[in-house]
Amino acid sequence: MANWETVIGLEIHAQLATKSKIFSGAATTYGAAPNTQASLVDLGYPGVLPVLNEQAVRMAVKFGLAIRATIARRSIFARKNYFYPDLPKGYQISQYEQPLVGKGSLAVMLDGGAVKTIGVTRAHLEEDAGKSLHEGLTNASGIDLNRAGTPLLEIVSEPDMRSAKEAVAYMKKIHTLVRYLEICDGNMQEGSFRCDANVSVRPRGAEKFGTRAEIKNLNSFRFVERAIQYEVARQIELIESGGAVVQETRLYDSDKNETRSMRSKEEANDYRYFPDPDLLPVEIDEKFIDAVRATLPELPDEKAARFARDFGLSAYDAGVLCASRELGTYFEAVVASHGGPGMAHAKLAANWVMGELSSALNRDNVDITASRVSPETLSGLLARIVDATISGKIAKDVFETMWSEGKSADAIIEAQGLRQITDTGAIEGVIDAVIAANPKQLADYRGGKEKLFGFFVGQVMKATGGKANPAQLNELLKAKLAGGSKEPE
Amino acid sequence: MLHNLSIGELAERLASGQVSSVELTRHYLARIERLNPSLNAIITLTAEHALERAQSADRRLAAGERGRLLGIPLIHKDIFCTDGVRTSCGSRILDNFIAPYDATVVARLKAAGAVMLGKANMDEFAMGSSNETSYYGPVKNPWDPTKVPGGSSGGSAAALAARLAPFCTGTDTGGSIRQPAALTGVTGIKPTYGRVSRYGMVAFASSLDQAGVFARTAADAAAVLEVMAGFDPKDSTSVDAPVPDYPALLNAPLKGLRIGLLREFFDGLEERNAALIREALKVYMSLGADTVEVSLPYLPLSVPTYYVVAPAECSSNLSRFDGVRFGYRCSEPKDLTDLYQRSRGEGFGAEVKRRIMTGTYVLSAGYYDAYYLKAQKVRRLINDDFRAAFEKADLLIGPTTPTPAFAIGAKIDDPVTMYLNDIYTIGANLAGLPGLSTPCGFVDGLPMGLQLIGPHFSEARLLGAAHQFQRATAWHTHAPGGYE
Repeated sequence: MANWETVIGLEIHAQLATKSKIFSGAATTYGAAPNTQASLVDLGYPGVLPVLNEQAVRMAVKFGLAIRATIARRSIFARKNYFYPDLPKGYQISQYEQPLVGKGSLAVMLDGGAVKTIGVTRAHLEEDAGKSLHEGLTNASGIDLNRAGTPLLEIVSEPDMRSAKEAVAYMKKIHTLVRYLEICDGNMQEGSFRCDANVSVRPRGAEKFGTRAEIKNLNSFRFVERAIQYEVARQIELIESGGAVVQETRLYDSDKNETRSMRSKEEANDYRYFPDPDLLPVEIDEKFIDAVRATLPELPDEKAARFARDFGLSAYDAGVLCASRELGTYFEAVVASHGGPGMAHAKLAANWVMGELSSALNRDNVDITASRVSPETLSGLLARIVDATISGKIAKDVFETMWSEGKSADAIIEAQGLRQITDTGAIEGVIDAVIAANPKQLADYRGGKEKLFGFFVGQVMKATGGKANPAQLNELLKAKLAGGSKEPE
Repeated sequence: MLHNLSIGELAERLASGQVSSVELTRHYLARIERLNPSLNAIITLTAEHALERAQSADRRLAAGERGRLLGIPLIHKDIFCTDGVRTSCGSRILDNFIAPYDATVVARLKAAGAVMLGKANMDEFAMGSSNETSYYGPVKNPWDPTKVPGGSSGGSAAALAARLAPFCTGTDTGGSIRQPAALTGVTGIKPTYGRVSRYGMVAFASSLDQAGVFARTAADAAAVLEVMAGFDPKDSTSVDAPVPDYPALLNAPLKGLRIGLLREFFDGLEERNAALIREALKVYMSLGADTVEVSLPYLPLSVPTYYVVAPAECSSNLSRFDGVRFGYRCSEPKDLTDLYQRSRGEGFGAEVKRRIMTGTYVLSAGYYDAYYLKAQKVRRLINDDFRAAFEKADLLIGPTTPTPAFAIGAKIDDPVTMYLNDIYTIGANLAGLPGLSTPCGFVDGLPMGLQLIGPHFSEARLLGAAHQFQRATAWHTHAPGGYE
């Protein structure tokens, strides 16, 4: 493997979150009964004509601005001609020679924290095709044209990625971005966000790209990673055993974790692209672009930089919190609700949002916007940690109760008597009793086995039901244990 | 007789109650039943629908409503989708197709109270210049049943010449209104590209197709076009510009009008035809117009250019006819490929297949630049030629066709000769210009047409020039024998 370099480019298809289709007034809602959301235009009836949905143009421009791409003042829709049952007109309306969005780029953070800039060659608008259905049919296929005409933004990267992990990091970044921009719901199960991967290998140091294979229709980050890994290994093995990679389209079989040839370059369609005479060129002026620019939200990178700067978070933590717009919003709401000053609070909030909250959301498969613990209630819990009413450990139990019962932290603390013991005398009393009950451990500790400190902490906590203030306990226990050693033998 | 009256005269009688729309409709339906079998101009008769619409028009008239087309019957070319009525486009592949909606042209005429009598025969998918490519058989020219009526709107033209309706709709992609109008002795106008909505018109070549009117006079055509024209949000290529009141502008003086004589239109034109054009020019001179000679150097390339662009677009437009969702489907397809191949193979006729294959070829990888792209460049040059010509002239005049109607069967096996019949009309389509044909005389007892071509959106000027020519001449009043 060490002698080979992997080269990857991705074509990401993001379904634009318009209410109606790109060239018709039919709705785009997912999951409707087959062919109930297909107008005569979507069905490709004789005589019908496409009319461009301006909202789709707006969304594509929004994306272009977010990756600092050139926006074409004039772009053209073309017909891509081929026969397929799910393609009603016998051609797909797409953009070919003059796409709406030109060259741009975005920065992707890799595992080690390094940042790599990935080029975006272009992004263009096109219509989606329908779906073939096979279930429950014998000797025939059904066609559902609900998806036909759904607007897609095809985002084509430069061949800038050098590993499956880089490809996934880039794809995740685009995924984050389109959801920030509210131009795509990012739902990969429903196919709203999917990609084709162009993969090739070349000897390390070589300038010329190897022959590439295109893996079609990958609809999860895991599949992208695995499919590329498989494909890279396949190509290297093929070349090393004296073979050659052929240019072809391949399909990834997630059950078997392998890619299979779909069609070779020779079998590929000649799409006979030509400008669609039914649609005028899309002419965009500065006013339009400025109006779209005014709708741009704070972008993930800007937000992460601000979190790092204002809240003293690490770049990594800031990045995690900004991976979705909703997560960042939630975090900021927790901080704001804190009311108190300072970075310590924000760091605590960050840890809780990324830790307990995120795992609860994942565990129960709940979206952050539907979290059972609101930012304000979470903030209420954090306030009790900061003012030492409860310890961090107790707080985790309180959080679980908040999550399952929906009550406030204060109510739970009161009801269960979880208020932390901060009375020095009371804690000292318990420490004395624990020391008295464990003479052997005391002797060992004083003999140098300092690890036993934890044992004593545990005993005191057990005796207090976990309610002893940890900082106070540490201090007092240390003094008591050490205090003994000062006595003459 | 009612069927010799103009739309304007009929409207007056409807308004005064001298005749009802139902009576008028019955009169035409009876004529169609009697005369159409030998002409084959109408392939779908919608008598029941027509009488319902006529009753509705009579109620509106009785309520005091007035309109230029209220209660006036018409025949639609079978390329326009008509809700609940077969829309065949002259093809077997759509023989069973009942359109589920009205084309914008149909809807506008319906709203104006016009009464559809039926649908007219046409060359299959409007591909043809003789109406011989129709799945429903050729249309006979009322002037001579051994002759073609022209095409592709041959059924509309023949129906009008035979007085089977006061007006008919048509479409013109390369001359399909003007050429049959000329060969049947009627008035036909193809408006500026974008003037009339293409929504609901089965597409042949989208960048060239334009709907228009057949009528017996320019004044009638003006009344109809005024209703048909206008922006349609359902057609992105329709133009959002106000529609002039064409009938009100018919008598704008022609004094000082600069008429351009196209040198290329007279090259090789037979003397008897050229003489008719010269006679027409004399009429215009007497009306105060001036003549100026203009040249369109690239115009001779219009036929080859057209026969690259139009097939390219048609090859893609006709892909939707695949036997899957509507139209003809072959029996017991073995698999998907078989379904496609046999449904299309059995559903399309020879000329349509020839154009699909030509179009597929010129768009193919490796040929695109040499054919399609080059044709688009020539198209721009032809456009520039016209623009330059319109700096010198207000409208251009020439023959509509090189010859009068030719015999059925004479050219059908020789596509190139057939295509050359469109040599004078195709330029206006390539440049998107309005064109009009008006009767200007007879050769061998067959009508000939005078063609007027104007700058974009000069329909009012063309209609006015034709109207005043018609007031000064009587060519447009002649009816073929047996149809008076």
